[in-house]
Amino acid sequence: MHKWRKFEAVVIGGSSGAIDAIRTLVSHLPGEFPVPVICVLHLHPHSQNESMIQLLSGHGSLKVLEAEHRMQIKAGRMYLAPPNYHLLVEPGELTLSLNVDEKVNMSRPSIDVLFESAADAYGDRLIGIMLSGASHDGAAGLQRIKEQGGITIVQDPETAQAPIMPKAAMVAGRVDFVLPVAEIAELLLLKCPGGKKA
Amino acid sequence: MNNKELEQVEIEVLIDSIRRRYGFDFSNYSQASFKRRLQHYLKLKNINRISDLIPAMLHDPATFKTFLFNLSIPVTEMFRDPQAFQVVRQKVVPMLSTYPSIKIWHAGCASGEEVYALAIVLVEEGLYDRCQIYATDFNDQVLKMAEEGIYPTERIKEYTLNYQKAGGKRSLSDYYLSRYEAVIMNSALRKRIVFANHNLMGDASFGEMQLIVCRNVLIYFNQSLKEEVLQVFAESLAPRGYLWLGTKEDVGLPGLRNEFKTIDSRQKIFQKK
Ligand SMILES: C[S@@+](CC[C@H](N)C(=O)[O-])C[C@H]1O[C@@H](n2cnc3c(N)ncnc32)[C@H](O)[C@@H]1O
Repeated sequence: MHKWRKFEAVVIGGSSGAIDAIRTLVSHLPGEFPVPVICVLHLHPHSQNESMIQLLSGHGSLKVLEAEHRMQIKAGRMYLAPPNYHLLVEPGELTLSLNVDEKVNMSRPSIDVLFESAADAYGDRLIGIMLSGASHDGAAGLQRIKEQGGITIVQDPETAQAPIMPKAAMVAGRVDFVLPVAEIAELLLLKCPGGKKA
Repeated sequence: MNNKELEQVEIEVLIDSIRRRYGFDFSNYSQASFKRRLQHYLKLKNINRISDLIPAMLHDPATFKTFLFNLSIPVTEMFRDPQAFQVVRQKVVPMLSTYPSIKIWHAGCASGEEVYALAIVLVEEGLYDRCQIYATDFNDQVLKMAEEGIYPTERIKEYTLNYQKAGGKRSLSDYYLSRYEAVIMNSALRKRIVFANHNLMGDASFGEMQLIVCRNVLIYFNQSLKEEVLQVFAESLAPRGYLWLGTKEDVGLPGLRNEFKTIDSRQKIFQKK
């Protein structure tokens, strides 16, 4: 194994109950967290991200913003998928990409779409995290991350408001870590050293 | 060479085969999206490897046709981004209404839901009878669906909600006939629409449009194809004509800055300088 592997991105998926989990996560990460964090949360298609961004920005020092088409992916930022668009990572150029393809697992944005494209783009330099949620979206994508040699983390279903999603991810294949959210944050800091402590 | 690199080679050979055989250059498309569509197609057709698809792609035009269809299938809706339609009513319609006859190019109309939505707005604003709408796509199969204007009933609830949020003045059901599991758009809405095949990769510009609608199409293109298409749009617009793009389109393009001024940055509506 690459002991000194430098991770290039963290991708996170979740739906119901995931907002609280992300909030906890953000409050533990420093503003200079050395790796970009890219998230898909299932939201209503007509909902706006602004309130989410405000909520999360108030909870930590990481810069939280809505993902825009062709945005360069940068460390120290957390990107949220806009409602009603899929969010992908463009391989090679490492920019964010949006599209309006059909829903996947009845969701757009879909976690599988983000995870699979990120796995393609980053290979083993990717960490995938599955948080609370009540669907099966993301389970296949997390497996793809694992297949490409990345690290996979699932929120301990016992601690998740909606355990279906973490459980589905665990059923779909082997995952590397099953942890409560605060410990996921600690693990991230360990795997991605460099930023100052929150 | 690892599997991922090998797959990259396969994709490049496939794209090259399609380009040389049919003249469509998908190296100008967003890679991440293209790859997803490709994988979707392989799964659908039970094909194991990308390279297994290449012989059929080269020798059987029907394979290419279904592939093309798969690249653009049902990814549209009526009144997507309702807010944008409101802004069009407020900011574009007043200018359009000053023209005795109005030419509109709806590029990348897919199966037509969006062009019917636009027609409804124009009817309600009293402009429709003065309009000529050219609705184009590079996919004949979706154009046929657009021309028929028959859509699954299961989506009507969503469209009705969209229509109301888009500033609809009547009831959406005034514009279609229900037939069990399908609705048929009123033929009156189609009266001023011409459906035609047009490929944004390379086909010529249209003349003297007052409005070009092209939403969620450029989002699939790379920067250089986007620039080319913007050039075609600039050439196809009458002076002070409008360009209406998708809500999440990236607009940091020199072609856009040089040729257009921004009318609504949020809803991505521009006016030719
Ligand atoms: C996502 S749909 C957008 C439909 C509609 N405008 C909307 O926003 O709901 C994209 C459409 O662009 C068409 N398209 C893609 N590449 C094209 C090209 N090179 N020339 C013409 N149409 C193209 C596809 O066939 C598809 O119907």
